[in-house]
Amino acid sequence: MVRGHVSATIVRMASSLKRVASSEVVGPAARPNVIEVRDLTRRFGEFTAVDGISFEVFEGEVFAFLGPNGAGKSTTINMLCTLSRPTAGEVRVAGFDVAARPKAVRRNIGLVFQDQTLDDRLTAQENLRFHAVLYRVPGGEVDERIARVLDLVDLSDRRYDLVSEFSGGMARRLEIARALMHVPRVLFLDEPTIGLDPQTRALMWEDVLRLREEANVTVFLTTHYMDEAEYADRIAIIDRGKIVALDTPQALKAEIGADTVDLGTTDDAAAIAALERAGYRVEAVSGGARVFVENGENAVAALIEAVGVPVLNVHVHQPTLDDVFLHYTGREIREAHAEAIPARIRAWHGRRR
Amino acid sequence: MSSAALPANITDGPDTVLREEVRTAGMVWLRELIRFERTRTRILSGLIQPVLFLVVLGYGMSGLVGTTAGFDFKKFMFPGIMAMSVVTTAIFSGMSIVWDREFGFLREMLVAPTSRASLALGKTAGGASVAAVQGTIMLVLAPLVGVHLTAVLVLEIIGLELLMAIALTAFGVFVASHIERMEGFQVVMQMLLFPMIFLSGALFPLNGLPGWLTVLTRINPLTYAVAPLRQVVFAAQHMPVAARKRFPSSVELFGHTLSIGTEIAIVVVFAAIFIALAIRGFSRTQ
Repeated sequence: MVRGHVSATIVRMASSLKRVASSEVVGPAARPNVIEVRDLTRRFGEFTAVDGISFEVFEGEVFAFLGPNGAGKSTTINMLCTLSRPTAGEVRVAGFDVAARPKAVRRNIGLVFQDQTLDDRLTAQENLRFHAVLYRVPGGEVDERIARVLDLVDLSDRRYDLVSEFSGGMARRLEIARALMHVPRVLFLDEPTIGLDPQTRALMWEDVLRLREEANVTVFLTTHYMDEAEYADRIAIIDRGKIVALDTPQALKAEIGADTVDLGTTDDAAAIAALERAGYRVEAVSGGARVFVENGENAVAALIEAVGVPVLNVHVHQPTLDDVFLHYTGREIREAHAEAIPARIRAWHGRRR
Repeated sequence: MSSAALPANITDGPDTVLREEVRTAGMVWLRELIRFERTRTRILSGLIQPVLFLVVLGYGMSGLVGTTAGFDFKKFMFPGIMAMSVVTTAIFSGMSIVWDREFGFLREMLVAPTSRASLALGKTAGGASVAAVQGTIMLVLAPLVGVHLTAVLVLEIIGLELLMAIALTAFGVFVASHIERMEGFQVVMQMLLFPMIFLSGALFPLNGLPGWLTVLTRINPLTYAVAPLRQVVFAAQHMPVAARKRFPSSVELFGHTLSIGTEIAIVVVFAAIFIALAIRGFSRTQ
């Protein structure tokens, strides 16, 4: 139990550290891209699932792709992985055009699907070996790589165990390990944490972020857990076939509005007047005064001083990615996924033989 | 944990490298063998049906058919039962693609940067090996029905079983590549497998049948695979002329008695056609 909490904390620390590094040391524009999408369109008959989207993913990034069901998320990831052909537009992955060189693209990407694709009658090692051969890993390197990828996802002690004995989370991690066997430039994870309990999800993320550091792989993922999207370097939100927002989690949150600080005081009317005199943007809400500030947490001390009357309670609210998603799509991501999730989880559990 | 990155893969290169394709087919083949070895219950249940046929039908019919010059119906049936075991296992193995699809592993194979032909050939080779092994296990029953085995005969049997198994596994792969759901599998097994076995001469001699039945047995590929197996087994037995007449092992086609070479050639042609169909079917699978 303890391990889950500790690792989740480590992940958060690591992700905040690396975010500082990525935004300050190397500007995105200076980095080489590993995925390049230009005017990508996919139509199914009359219906346009993906409508002329363009974006790029930089080397070493963790890039999250969010969107309500039916927004074009899966269609896009399928085209990026060469599993579906674009109607129009161009996609280059690891330098190869997906339409012209699908096999070259596939040799350079790792895929982890929502549904399990392991052979559970084989051991972990046998699953990895099978993959290694199909992806042209030189025979002499296979054993060493098996040890290495199992180490990365913390499954070294399960190397010779049958996959049928694995839990859902372990199987998922093994799939990630397998996708790394051929040292892909990009790792595609489609809803990697679906159907996993919160503790296992945290462990998964620890793995994913460690991969980026140690295996030097770019991660492209879809998720509907907003707290997980926080781990990403950049987020793209797709809705109705178009990308409606693309930036770092911080920038997206900053863009939709400032922090708010709600103050409950002994005399709210006096408090509002005092705050307005001090130059703050204030509005009256039930239970007190709401102040709009740049950085809520840092402003609290100054606000209490400026208010001039005794303060009973303080509540700081920072915009979340849920707010961002709602702002851009007009829907809560939870409601957008409400119907889809139980069905998928059932499919996942139903897969156990 | 060391921070040294894994050695970088070769990023470019030709899409098809023969050596890698052979390696892929070999791996798919190996997987079939590992799974076969690991599912002992399947090996056992694969034995139950033929044993039931041999013991129950064999002993039951022997009383009716009687013995001619020391040769009885059980001995006649034995090669047919071996063929039945091979065919059932072969089609079942080929069609295990339906399982692979159901449990997701098919996707792991289909998205790999490899040619579909290698996958189809590996699957066929694997299923055929498993089926030949299963058929060869049947030889332990030979003393039970009084069939005499020699080393040469065993080798001939294995060779013929392998050929038969390749044709039928490829057939299974072809059929499975057109089946999306598990229910379809049951239907195909009922509608194809049993008629094929019953109309192949595995369980009764093919001479003196009504015209329509004769036609059906002659268009059944399995007929030409069962006959050689019976011929090599009979050739190694002490069989007086009377017994040979009573229990014929050859196939007549358009008034000619086919030689064992012709029969094998027909099976080879069928095998080639089924392999081509299997590759085509697998290449189109999504």
